Formats: sequence, C-alpha cells, structure tokens
Amino acid sequence: MSTKAADVVVIGAGIVGAACAWEFAREGMSVTLIDSGAPGGGATAAGMGHVAVMDDSEPQFALTRYSQQLWREIVDELPDDCEYETCGTLWIAADDEELAEVRRKQQAYTRRGIDAEVLDAAALARAEPNLRSGLAGALRVPGDLVVFPPCVARWLIAGATECGAQVRLGTAAVEISDRGVRLADDSLLPAGAIINATGHGAERLTPGLSLQPRKGHLAITDRYPGFIHHELIELGYLKSAAAVGTDSAAMNVQPRITGQMLIGSSRQTGQESTDVDMAILGRMLRRAMEYLPALARVSTIRTWTGFRAATADKLPLIGRCSSGQRSSQGRLYLATGHEGLGITMAPGTARLLVDAVMGRESAIPPEPYLPARLEKGDSA
Amino acid sequence: MARNEHYDVLIVGGGPAGIAAACCAARAGRRVAIVDDNPAQGGQIWRGMTEEWTAATQSPLAASWLRRLREAKVEVLAGTQIVARPRDGVLLAETDADACLLAYDKLILAAGARERFLPFPGWTLPGVTGAGGLQSLVKSGLPIAGRRVAVAGSGPVLLAVADCLRDHGAEICLIAEQAPWPRLVRFGCGLIGSPGKLLQGAGYKWRLKTVRYRTGCWPVAAEGDGKLSSVTFHAGSKTRTVACDYLACGFGFVPSLELPTLLDCRLDGGAVWIDDWQETSVQGIYAAGETTGVGGVDLALIEGQIAGYAAIDCQDHAARLFRARERGRRFVGALDRAFALREELKSLATAETPVCRCEDVSRQQLEAYGSWREAKLQTRCGMGPCQGRVCGTAAEFLFDWQRESIRPPIFPADVGTLAEIRPLGKQPGK
Repeated sequence: MSTKAADVVVIGAGIVGAACAWEFAREGMSVTLIDSGAPGGGATAAGMGHVAVMDDSEPQFALTRYSQQLWREIVDELPDDCEYETCGTLWIAADDEELAEVRRKQQAYTRRGIDAEVLDAAALARAEPNLRSGLAGALRVPGDLVVFPPCVARWLIAGATECGAQVRLGTAAVEISDRGVRLADDSLLPAGAIINATGHGAERLTPGLSLQPRKGHLAITDRYPGFIHHELIELGYLKSAAAVGTDSAAMNVQPRITGQMLIGSSRQTGQESTDVDMAILGRMLRRAMEYLPALARVSTIRTWTGFRAATADKLPLIGRCSSGQRSSQGRLYLATGHEGLGITMAPGTARLLVDAVMGRESAIPPEPYLPARLEKGDSA
Repeated sequence: MARNEHYDVLIVGGGPAGIAAACCAARAGRRVAIVDDNPAQGGQIWRGMTEEWTAATQSPLAASWLRRLREAKVEVLAGTQIVARPRDGVLLAETDADACLLAYDKLILAAGARERFLPFPGWTLPGVTGAGGLQSLVKSGLPIAGRRVAVAGSGPVLLAVADCLRDHGAEICLIAEQAPWPRLVRFGCGLIGSPGKLLQGAGYKWRLKTVRYRTGCWPVAAEGDGKLSSVTFHAGSKTRTVACDYLACGFGFVPSLELPTLLDCRLDGGAVWIDDWQETSVQGIYAAGETTGVGGVDLALIEGQIAGYAAIDCQDHAARLFRARERGRRFVGALDRAFALREELKSLATAETPVCRCEDVSRQQLEAYGSWREAKLQTRCGMGPCQGRVCGTAAEFLFDWQRESIRPPIFPADVGTLAEIRPLGKQPGK
C-alpha cells in the first residue's frame, strides 16, 4: 500500500460520503473513500429517498433548496436503477388549523421562488382518491423528487473512481489521529483533510458531538401502481419530526416508480437495537391507515429500521471540527447530523465541504452548519 | 381490533411432525391448536388427504395419524399464516378475513422445509415447476393426465413425485437424479438395516419400472416458446434433449427457518438447534420435523411426538422414542451424503440466467457484488414478494453468501394485519 498522503480521506460511503468523494475528486484532488461495509448500506439504505425542500428554519430551507438544485443537475444522468422520479409532495392538512399553516407555507415557499400551490378539499380528493374524505386540503410542492439512494451512492462512487478516487470497502476506520486515519487492519492512511461522514456513528471516531441516534421504521408494499401519485405527508409530521425525546409516528407514504409504496415514518430515541419494534410499527401503520383506509388490504413485503443522526438544533454538522483539533491538527471535517434529510442534503453538504477545504466562498452561508456552534467549550 | 386466542400448546405447521406433536400434547384438557397456512391439513406430504381416502389407499400411516388428530380434539387453524411476533409469547397471524393474535404457553415449530430451486437457462419458463410443487398442484386439481413430465433434481422425493404424478395419469418421460450411481449403491447397501426404507424405495422402483431413471443426470436448459416444450439434460459425457410439457424440479429441501430465527432460536448447520427434548435454545419453544434438519416423514413423526410429550412435561413418554429417533437420524445422515449436490450445478446458470425472478436479476448482475447485502441493495435481488426465499437460497449455494437477519413480516402480510386492525375490506387492484 502506498503511504503517500491523499488530499482527502472520506470515511463513510453512505450518500453523504459518496457525494463528498465525488465532489472532491471532480476538483482534481486525490481522494480515498473508506467504509466498513457496502456502499450506501447504512442510513442511506434505510431512508425513503425523498429529496424535498423543507422550511423548518431559514438555514434548513437554504440547504435543502441548494441541494435540490444540485440534485436536478445530476438526475438526468442517473441510471434507471436509481429510480429517479419527480412525484412532488403533498403536505396534508387534516383540519382548518392545519390548512392555515398550509397557506402560510405556500406563501413562504413562493416568496423564495419554490413552486407551491394550495389544494382545497375537493382538489385534494381529485388528486389522491385513496385519501379518506373530510381532509381540509394540502400544500402541493411539485418539484420534490425521489430516488433510490443506495444505487445513487454507488453511481457517485463510480464517478469519483473515474476521477481517480481510491475506494476501500470492507475496512473500518478505528481512529483519527494527527497522522491520518488508522484502519482496522492497523494500516494508516495519511491525509491532508479527513471527512467524518459516518452518520449516527460519527462519535465513535470523533467523540463529543452530542449526536442522538433516532431510530426509524419503514415498510414497503407490493406493487399497486396508481394507488397514490405524490409523496404524502401529514402536516403534523413537522411536529412529530421536531418532537425531541418522545416516540412519534406520522403518516408519510411515498409512491415508487415500481408501483410499490414506502410507508413511514417513526422516530424513537434511546433505542440501540436494530430490530423491528412491532408496537411502533403498528402505530405507524395505523396512522397511515387513518389517512389511506384502503391500505388495510395492501400487502406489505418487508419492513426495516435505520438510525438518523440528530443534533440539538436540527441542523447538520458540516465543516471543520475544532473539538478534535489537538489530535487531528485541524484537518478533520464533519459531514453528519442530517437527521432525516441526509439524502436531500448530500450534494449541498459535499459542496460546502469542498469550499471549506479549498478556502472558497460558498453558494449559501456555511455558518449555520459549522460544528463549532454546538461544541462544548473544551477545545482551544 | 385483531381477534385474540390463547393456547396451552400452539403448533406451527400441520404436516406429520405437527400432527404427531398435537396428538401427544392434547391430553388432560389442554387447549392445543395447529396453525397452518394451507387451507387443507396434512402439510406438503399429506396435503388434502382425508382419513377415508388414505385408509382406502396406500397410506394407512397417514390415516391412523389423521384419525388420532380428530379424536384428540385439536383445533386446526387452516389457511392461517404466521407473519410476526408482536411480543413474547404471542404470534400475529393472518387469514383471508382477519388478523389474529395467538398467545401460547408452549410453542412447537414444525413448519417443515421447502424445495431448493437452482437456476439454469429457461428455469423460469411456464411449465418448469418444483417437484413437490407440481405434486401439490396436481393434488389440488391441475389436470396432468396424458401430459409428458420430466422429473429432475435429487433425492428419494423424485421417485415419490413421479409415482404420484403417474398415478394421476402423467406420462413420466425421465427421472433425472443428479447424484452419481456409485453413491446411490453405497446408500442402498447401507439400508440393509432399515428394511422398511428399502421396501418403500423398491416399491417406487417397481411401480416406476417402465420409467427411465438416470443417475448422474441433470437439466442444463429448458427450452420453449413462451412455455416449456423440451429440456436438455447432461447425461454422462453428452447431452440429450427430451420433449415434455412439464419439468418438475427439486434439488433437495431447505428447512424453513424464518419463524425460528424471528423467535431468536439458535441455528446450527442450517437447521434449528434442539436438545434431547426437541427444545430450542429458547425456553418453551420446541421444534420438530424438517425444521431441525431434513429427515423425512418417519423421523418427523418421532420428533413431533417427542416435542409434544416434552411440551406437556411427559418426559417418560418422550424418552421412550429416543432410540427410534437415533435410528432415523443415522438414515438422514446417509441420505445427505448420498444426495449431496455436485459442484457442476453451480455453473448451470449462465451470465444472463435470472436468479431472482421477482425482480428479474441475472447471475451476471449479482456477480458484480461481494455479498448478499450489497447485491440486494444494488440489484433489488430478494426484495420481491418471495422475500428472497428462492433467490436467497440459490445465492447461498451459488456464491456461498450469508443472508441477512429475518425481519417481520416473515410472509407478505396486509398493512391492516401488521397494524393489528383488520376490518374486512376489498383488496385494491394491483
């Protein structure tokens, strides 16, 4: 093995690490991407693959919109198995109070140049006949899209490889030190910059990040083409996703290009087991059935779980990590903490990091995502 | 909400092992039930047999057990599929009409085995079926009289299937056994101590004496335009092509391990680990029959009885069957050696041959990856309605890939079932 230092070592071949490897390699830098398992085998494989603009906060909006624009630049090149489709999102309002929130969101989206329209009860029923009657309406965001993330990760890695990146799979990184990245086989990868993109497990290599793993469940059905046409999310999802420290389940059902449907979503904290928890799964499916009663007789083929990496302020950690400064001499960067938005935010995350490492100005302000904002005052 | 039932002893699987276990456990007023996904009892091997029918034909053994089952007042929950374990001591099941929660004090797993399919060019053509699969279809009414059938694969089951199909009027044009003749001769000599087995085998051979039985012979390609018309076999140093309407194909059996795995029962060598009392590594959960290792009807009946007695603490009754079980297991060991699958079968599938028929994934597509997990994520192999039962088993044989852990539902189940509320409703059109 060569001991020549790579410009960048990316740890983690999920969608975020893969996007980083691709962007750095395209800049002509020498890149080594490492992962203990298969590409896109962690949270990337567990998520729904929804690329959505979200407006929980100004920085969240900026990064999701920027990322979605970057997604649009690559989707036409994606091979068929990446299952790209622009199905749009319907944020469902169950009652008038939620419909008022829909109107507020519609204004917020359109003011910032994102297409969004309000559907009243009748228009919603026409758009999605399998929804129960009596719903108040919905916000339709037509530009949101879906992909199949593990295959996108593979495609990004292949693109990075074409630009000269080295990929080492099946080898775990065990330590980030002042000399580089030490691997499980005790070899050392010297690096100019090190990107920790290992999702909710990032603290194993970089302690003190206060990431909270939030367990999620998903189910996928057999093929029912036309059962739904948009990604459907109850507006209450935002409350559910924002609730910290309690288990929650919200209706989120997505049509796949195969005719299958993904049914989510749940959030649990304090869980370590990857096992499917039938109690929360049942709660999640009952919630989906409240909106789509005909789901009762739809066949479920598989269920699974995954862990989102949540931060205290619901924004990702992107940029130089100063808490590990003494051991890594300021070469360590983070790309984690995306919670449920890792797929959406992957391209924007990669661009922000390339800009940070190369000392360039970014397209959006990078400050809100810098790890330093959440660090405890123990670093120099 | 889902229906709730509680049983002292719940038995999963209504074949010989499950029936024997139920008969032995149903004593002293205990509430005992057999749950089976099939609408008809008897498992794969005794499927659709009634007492009257079996007594009048060649299966007095089945008849006597079916009579005992009726007399034992065992509840039979037919057409009921176990899909998940919502919590300890409770199984979630689905029927056509509803979902039910089945609680138990003791559980006996007797879910049997399924046939192993191996991919070869043309194996997905209509007309190519499982060996036991075609037998089941015929028992359920598929007309076979006058149709030409080739039976291929491995093991004594090929003779049993050919015999049954011939009884229903099929013309058996070839039985192709992949095992080499010298191994079968050694196996036959080893049966001197088991005259019953020899007689059973001899009986099949006698009734099938006009049928061509070839050893060291296996299918290399199935051909036909839209449906099967001929099969090319490897036979000795050359190939021969046989015109036929059906190819019934089975390369041995694989224990059904989904439920035991979901229940955290330890596995050992591709089967459920059990102690002398047929108890698994999980206290109160027993296993009997093919799920503990493929061993045939006789061993399944003995194991089922031991499990049934042990589950109700009748250890003395159970212990009397240990010697019979020991003999049965020796026979199984000999069977495994005689019918071990040959390496050549790993190269039957060409680059373009589909391995996963649900998602249409070829061998070539799979070979680009290093593990089942990676191949599954990248190709969708094993993500279809069969949940990887066919292609996962094939990939294990072809590439030595280990499959992932088991997650609920262990069979496709309605959303309403998994939600534990399932009012009657129409199925949406697919």
